[in-house]
Amino acid sequence: MADALALTRLRAHEMADGLHRGDFSAAELLAAHLELAERQDRGLHAWLSFDEQGATEAATTADARLAAARREGAAALAALPRLLGLPVAVKDLILQRGRPATAGSRILEGFVSPYDAHITERLRAAGAAVMGRTNMDEFAMGSSTEWSAWGPTANPWDLARVPGGSSGGSAAAVAAFHVPLALGTDTGGSIRQPAALTGTVGLKPTYGRVSRYGIVAFASSLDQIGPFARDVRDAAALLAAIAGRDARDSTSAPQEVPDWPADLPSDDDAAAAVLRGLRLGLPRQYFVEGLEPGVEARVREAVRDLESAGAEIVEVDLPHTRYGLATYYIIGPAEASANLARYDGVRYGRSVRQGDVLGDYLATRGQGFGPEVKRRIMLGTYALSAGYYDAYYLKAQKVRTLIKADFDAAFAAVDAIVAPTSPTVAFPLGAKVDDPVAMYLNDACTLPVNVAGLPGLSVPCGLSEGLPVGLQLIGRAWDETLLFRLGRGYEAITATAPWRAIEPAALARLDDPTTPAPSLEATAP
Amino acid sequence: MPGLSRDEVAHVALLARLGLDEAELNRLQGQLDHILEQYAILAELDTEAIAPTAQTIELENILRDDVAAPGLSVDEALAGAPERLGDHLVVPAILDEPA
Amino acid sequence: MATAPSSASPPAAARYEPVIGIEIHVELKTASKMFCSCARDIRDAPPNARTCPVCLALPGSLPVINRRAVELVIATGLAIGARIALVTRWERKNYFYPDLPKGYQISQYALPLAAHGRLAFETSRGEVTVRVARAHLEEDTARLQHATDATGRRVSLVDFDRAGLPLMEIVTEPDLHSAEEARRYAEELRAVLLAVGASDAAMERGEMRVEANVSLRPAGTEGLGTRVEVKNMNSFRAVERAVEHEIERQARALDAGQPLVQETRGWDDARGATYRMRLKEDSDDYRYFAEPDLPPLHTDPAWLERIAADLPELPAARRARYVTSHGLSPYDARVIVAEPAASALFETLLAGGLEPRTAATWTTGEYLRARNAAGGEERPGLDPGWLGPQLVELIRLQAAGRLTAASAKEVFAALAEDGGTTTAVVERLGLSRIADEGAIAALVERVLAEQRQALADLQAGKQQAFGFLLGRVMQASRGQADPALARQALAAAVARTGGSERGGEG
Repeated sequence: MADALALTRLRAHEMADGLHRGDFSAAELLAAHLELAERQDRGLHAWLSFDEQGATEAATTADARLAAARREGAAALAALPRLLGLPVAVKDLILQRGRPATAGSRILEGFVSPYDAHITERLRAAGAAVMGRTNMDEFAMGSSTEWSAWGPTANPWDLARVPGGSSGGSAAAVAAFHVPLALGTDTGGSIRQPAALTGTVGLKPTYGRVSRYGIVAFASSLDQIGPFARDVRDAAALLAAIAGRDARDSTSAPQEVPDWPADLPSDDDAAAAVLRGLRLGLPRQYFVEGLEPGVEARVREAVRDLESAGAEIVEVDLPHTRYGLATYYIIGPAEASANLARYDGVRYGRSVRQGDVLGDYLATRGQGFGPEVKRRIMLGTYALSAGYYDAYYLKAQKVRTLIKADFDAAFAAVDAIVAPTSPTVAFPLGAKVDDPVAMYLNDACTLPVNVAGLPGLSVPCGLSEGLPVGLQLIGRAWDETLLFRLGRGYEAITATAPWRAIEPAALARLDDPTTPAPSLEATAP
Repeated sequence: MPGLSRDEVAHVALLARLGLDEAELNRLQGQLDHILEQYAILAELDTEAIAPTAQTIELENILRDDVAAPGLSVDEALAGAPERLGDHLVVPAILDEPA
Repeated sequence: MATAPSSASPPAAARYEPVIGIEIHVELKTASKMFCSCARDIRDAPPNARTCPVCLALPGSLPVINRRAVELVIATGLAIGARIALVTRWERKNYFYPDLPKGYQISQYALPLAAHGRLAFETSRGEVTVRVARAHLEEDTARLQHATDATGRRVSLVDFDRAGLPLMEIVTEPDLHSAEEARRYAEELRAVLLAVGASDAAMERGEMRVEANVSLRPAGTEGLGTRVEVKNMNSFRAVERAVEHEIERQARALDAGQPLVQETRGWDDARGATYRMRLKEDSDDYRYFAEPDLPPLHTDPAWLERIAADLPELPAARRARYVTSHGLSPYDARVIVAEPAASALFETLLAGGLEPRTAATWTTGEYLRARNAAGGEERPGLDPGWLGPQLVELIRLQAAGRLTAASAKEVFAALAEDGGTTTAVVERLGLSRIADEGAIAALVERVLAEQRQALADLQAGKQQAFGFLLGRVMQASRGQADPALARQALAAAVARTGGSERGGEG
């Protein structure tokens, strides 16, 4: 049997090749990842539950299909779905029939979904082995995973720091090699920011690219589902497996889904060649105070690397960027206040009974929701309430038009925009829980992209004081193809960079059974 | 931008059906004020002639053929019900007729 | 009915002018619910057996618009001459109630699908035209029932089968001014809905719920008094009685100087009075905002033309045709057009070559009586497409003298009850009039053979024996023999036997 630990260090596409060649079985691959994850999760707490039985069934089925295809020959192997037999983690708001899902909230404790999300159906059809559910900020509201009702997740690079959020569990699991692929959701940066803070690749697709049917809703006009992986080709393969029109989501797009993985060259020189002549916009408004020097340095180095590889860097202006935070934190909460009204203790989930209908609502929701969710529901209810609608909600919708127009204008002059993903590296657990606005500023670079409904890819671009820094690539609507090419090209030209060889520093500590679970009190340096 | 009064915070909490204790009400009042200050900058922009964007994706007429299909069984529908009486779900008595 | 006014001055209700607006919710006759594929017809479904993640508002569910529901609202709008919105969208109406699973109702607030229509109808004081302000789509709530549980605690039971059913809300301008107008408007609207096929609109089954907003103002003034919403009226008669009652209640209160309160009152048909349901809370802050899960609707002209082309002849036009080209009375025309099945039967009878008058009498008489007796149950025998030709045949037989009026009704009753064909029923009941002399002669011979004594009495000169024998012949033919022919055949037979037939009652 191949060395288990080595298996976990492979990229997903390398795992697929190994399965096709029969170097190892899907069962062995799964066992290696399950053993590592179950052993290390005490100190990491990336996972809320493992689905060993479901994943093992999928692996066994995959091995049978692989054996049959190997007998038939290369063509049959090539026709197999790319994700066949690969372990995948899913964020705790992606519904799976017969499995629990809480969206990181006490109010959904005990809820078992009677139906599959669209993307769960797609993962099953692709033959992927869904290994388990990952931890997240409650109802995806947060950028540190500290608002999960089930306790925070640690950052594999420094267990005293946050992995980012709200998809912190998925990001940490991929960074810690527990799984090669994971799904998260991104409403204001909840894939890209944790990807940046954990040194992984994360993509928020164009709004409407992936069906939201069966995904617990936060903000309907901003939510999107996307991949985490350890390289761009793997991220492209996972997105290709879940993207596309779904009749059960009226906002899912009819746009045809290109074969992204096939479009990405495996040879580094070919990948780098794509960069020549690409015009990349550098938005002044994303390099303002609040951006850590170390982060700015890594990002500017990356931009120089792209320039030396033949890309043309163009200064662009996104004047309404500074209005993005207020716009997002009015529209998001407003939609959330209605999307979370269904959690009332009447039909399912946690129910606190006081004896009268009003009392039950107040007690169930008062005790079932955490502080950040309550804050956002209050903000949204206020922004929509009589007398304030025009001043807040309608105004935010109009500024949204201006923010989108900024990007449209920029894309007349450039092919993609490059910017920092997060203004800071991973910050200590507990550092910002008492300062909501400081927490909200984590998403300053990512939320305008959601407001405009555009695709955004974050790729690691170095370390600052030993902690990962993310480079954000923002594309035109539906142009994930160019983002993947750009990200793959950047990987190619920095393939030999020393920082790419460094594994998360705290992994060894995760093997130590005495390492405590992450907690908010761990603020002491 | 006038801050939120205690009564306003309590009124919004009632609209949102969130039972908050005194401590939460106090803390929220301060935090909401701080966040509302962030909203203030929107007032700088003259958006009189700007159309609102409710959705970034330009789709229209997304309609479903009128075909019925089986849904959840009664047990699946009531699987999570906190309180059940036969095939009905139970909530405390609602005194008057429904609105 | 109206209580006799006590004071000498004109009745209270006459000194004030009622100003009434009607809001009607109609359950659209689609196959599936408004935003999900659950079956819409829940009449015989057990509780909570027609739900899915969408209409039960489970986490992660999303709405998808039912195309037919949109088209039925457009058709209704076109039928009442309304303008169909070029672009319309959806809003969320946010409030918490156990019958509202999502915690918000998806409906059309700012841009209704149809607006500025009008509906004309007949009343005892001539034709009235009411402006229809708007018609829009929304989704129904779950059904709530009061009960006491095993421990005797009073609880409410919730059945989500009805949650998400497609509803069309039709709102008039406050153009109505009497209880009769309120009733006639509702009746006329139902006729339009039936003609368009939008709904069966059976009030007693909640498929059409009428709410009246009633206020009074001193006769001849312009302002609007305090508005009271009256609900829970389950029949057209109840609409008239409830509005009548509410007008008087308000008039008496105004006379006595008592302030009227803006509230919602329910109609109690048994007690014949309204009761306070709840005060219109001012806290009804519904926080409407554009529904982000549903893209807008754009009704391009081609779509509207296709729907308009499929519109059937509307009630008003059909009534006019029945009166002008078929000579029916306005009353008969209204009765027939009010019930599509009656109208379909009438048309089939005309197509069968019957005289309009005959067709109308049979339709408004026997047919509608049979339909009402069936209590809305869809009996095959009452299907106009099938019954029409049988009735044409039946009426032809009667006109040809082969069936008496009485037996024709008997045949009709059998047809309506359990189907079959006219010829078969007539055969089975042996009802065809025996006009064939041979058959009658044979009957006479049989009777004479059986009634030797009576024949002897006749031959011995007892005249009443002839009457007795004739009676026996008619009985033997079960009343089907043609009386005149029977008399002749008997007389001839008696003569042949040598008896004389003198001056029998002729």
